[in-house]
Amino acid sequence: MITTKPVNQKAWWLVLPVVICVAFSAVLPLMTVVNYSLQDIFSPERRVFVGTEWFALVMRDEELHAALWRQLTFSLAVLTVEIPLGIMLALAMPAKGWKSSAVLVVVALSLLIPWNVVGTIWQIFGRTDIGLLGAMLQEMGYDYSYTGNGTHAWLTVLTMDVWHWTPLVALLCFAGLRSIPDAYYQAARIDGASKFAVFRYIQLPKMRGVLMIAVLLRFMDSFMIYTEPFVLTGGGPGNATTFLSQYLTQKAVGQFDLGPAAAFSLIYFLIILLLCFILYNWMQRVGTDSKEGSDHE
Amino acid sequence: MARIDLDIAHSYRANPQQDEDYALLPLKMSFADGGAYALLGPSGCGKTTMLNIMSGLLAPSSGTVKFDDIDVTQLSPQQRNIAQVFQFPVIYDTMTVADNLAFPLRNRKMPEDQIKKRVGEVAEMLELSGQLDQRAANLAADAKQKISLGRGLVRPDVSAVLFDEPLTVIDPHLKWQLRRKLKQIHHELKLTLIYVTHDQVEALTFADQVMVMTRGRSVQVGSADALFERPQHTFVGHFIGSPGMNFLPAQVDDQTLVVAGHKFGLPPGSALPEGELKLGIRPEYVTLTAADDRTALPVNITQALDIGTHVLLTGQCGDLAIKARLSPDQHAPACGDTVWFGVLGSHTCFYKNEELLP
Repeated sequence: MITTKPVNQKAWWLVLPVVICVAFSAVLPLMTVVNYSLQDIFSPERRVFVGTEWFALVMRDEELHAALWRQLTFSLAVLTVEIPLGIMLALAMPAKGWKSSAVLVVVALSLLIPWNVVGTIWQIFGRTDIGLLGAMLQEMGYDYSYTGNGTHAWLTVLTMDVWHWTPLVALLCFAGLRSIPDAYYQAARIDGASKFAVFRYIQLPKMRGVLMIAVLLRFMDSFMIYTEPFVLTGGGPGNATTFLSQYLTQKAVGQFDLGPAAAFSLIYFLIILLLCFILYNWMQRVGTDSKEGSDHE
Repeated sequence: MARIDLDIAHSYRANPQQDEDYALLPLKMSFADGGAYALLGPSGCGKTTMLNIMSGLLAPSSGTVKFDDIDVTQLSPQQRNIAQVFQFPVIYDTMTVADNLAFPLRNRKMPEDQIKKRVGEVAEMLELSGQLDQRAANLAADAKQKISLGRGLVRPDVSAVLFDEPLTVIDPHLKWQLRRKLKQIHHELKLTLIYVTHDQVEALTFADQVMVMTRGRSVQVGSADALFERPQHTFVGHFIGSPGMNFLPAQVDDQTLVVAGHKFGLPPGSALPEGELKLGIRPEYVTLTAADDRTALPVNITQALDIGTHVLLTGQCGDLAIKARLSPDQHAPACGDTVWFGVLGSHTCFYKNEELLP
């Protein structure tokens, strides 16, 4: 039976407050950036429309390419380390009783520390003269120096991020694991499933939702990482730990190249949007590759 | 396949002191190989606990579980080779229906060609053949529960298949179908099936032997007929039947039986002890009698419900309410009438301390 639904335009008024909020919080600031990216502004009176010139300029920027690759490698490394590690942590955490509460608090501790403090902690921790980590590595015969060696600096930033954010992944996974009804584990015992089979066919599929959130959050956050490497290495040595945000800040605030910086901001924004879209769709589909290929739940 | 002998007690508390601390009071029970059993009782009576102890998901706090005289108390469900189906469907989301059914067999390293054959047979039995290649996650609840049932039945060599209220999530018309299916499977495969439910119709139609439980105790094990005719415990009388048995306080005093102030001669051939007891009679066996009948009580009819297949009368005798079920072709009295209910007959049972007197 076909019925025509009554159309009621009054609904627009109900949406209006949200539209206004979003306009002021997101669309208008973004339009300022668009404004800067399309003009060369010397002063409010003197400005020239330059079209796509700034975009063309930043697209050819070799340093930017290097920063982008560095950033992609870093985010990829963050995901490949933090997601499996977080899952393992969650699986190892006690499920019930006071031990569970105690472990939860300990695990969550690093999440409570402000970003710049995290940077400072690791800056001191890694120092070869007074830092526990740095001095120990020196003692063990490694010529470790996050200020002198690019690879060491990069690895230190990665380790710092893993230390800071793996607990988030672990907590999300822990919540996902706790929501699995006991009957699933009981059925698995009856069916004679191995520990790995329980993980592969029960725990992992049931964690899909929280893992998706974890991957997206960790990807976006790590792709925009700024404060911790800024405090720890300042982007150095050389450009070894200059990630996209920092490069952008140098351009906009350091050199006051607002045009190219704005153009690049927009590209940056689109890259994140695109990658999140790809990740999200991939994770929606992985493991549900039904033969009909029409699986949208 | 195996005979299962239980001699167990279970408490979820560390130091059980009194009867209330036990989920399952000390109990002995034997399940014959190839039998169809039901554990019947209200929620929280310990029937699921008993099932989990049999399957090995739970270790009893004391006692032993034996399969064919072999002590399996400490063995895992896998070692006991037992199958169990749960109240809510448990399926492996990422697998197809066929893979779900094959899962218990693959875990036991059965050769792939035999798995295929066996899965085909079980799917045929449960009418899942057309859906074997579909992803299990996308199916409706009753199809999912069929898969759970299938995983329970797929292993040909199991000691027993345990069902924990498996038809709770199923629509009423499908319930009938699936229950018939299970009965049919029982005849075909000769498996030992143990079925937990709180629905008396389900239990009585499914099982040859029904164990009625309440508050961690087994109060009677018997056929549907025995549970109906000779309830061993007042709880069974209450729980089985719709409505349940009438229980009237009575007293035996100097070879006379006193019920609600009326005196009767002792039923012939019975040796009732002196003192307080309870007279039990099913509403189906209460008869309308003449006024001067020596087995009847005068009652004032307070309710007369015509249910189509029968008329349900509620009669008041003093402060006692007595229910009677009459066939519709009998002339039923109306509300407010005073009639005589015959309560002493061959189907009348007597109880002392809630237990049936011989």
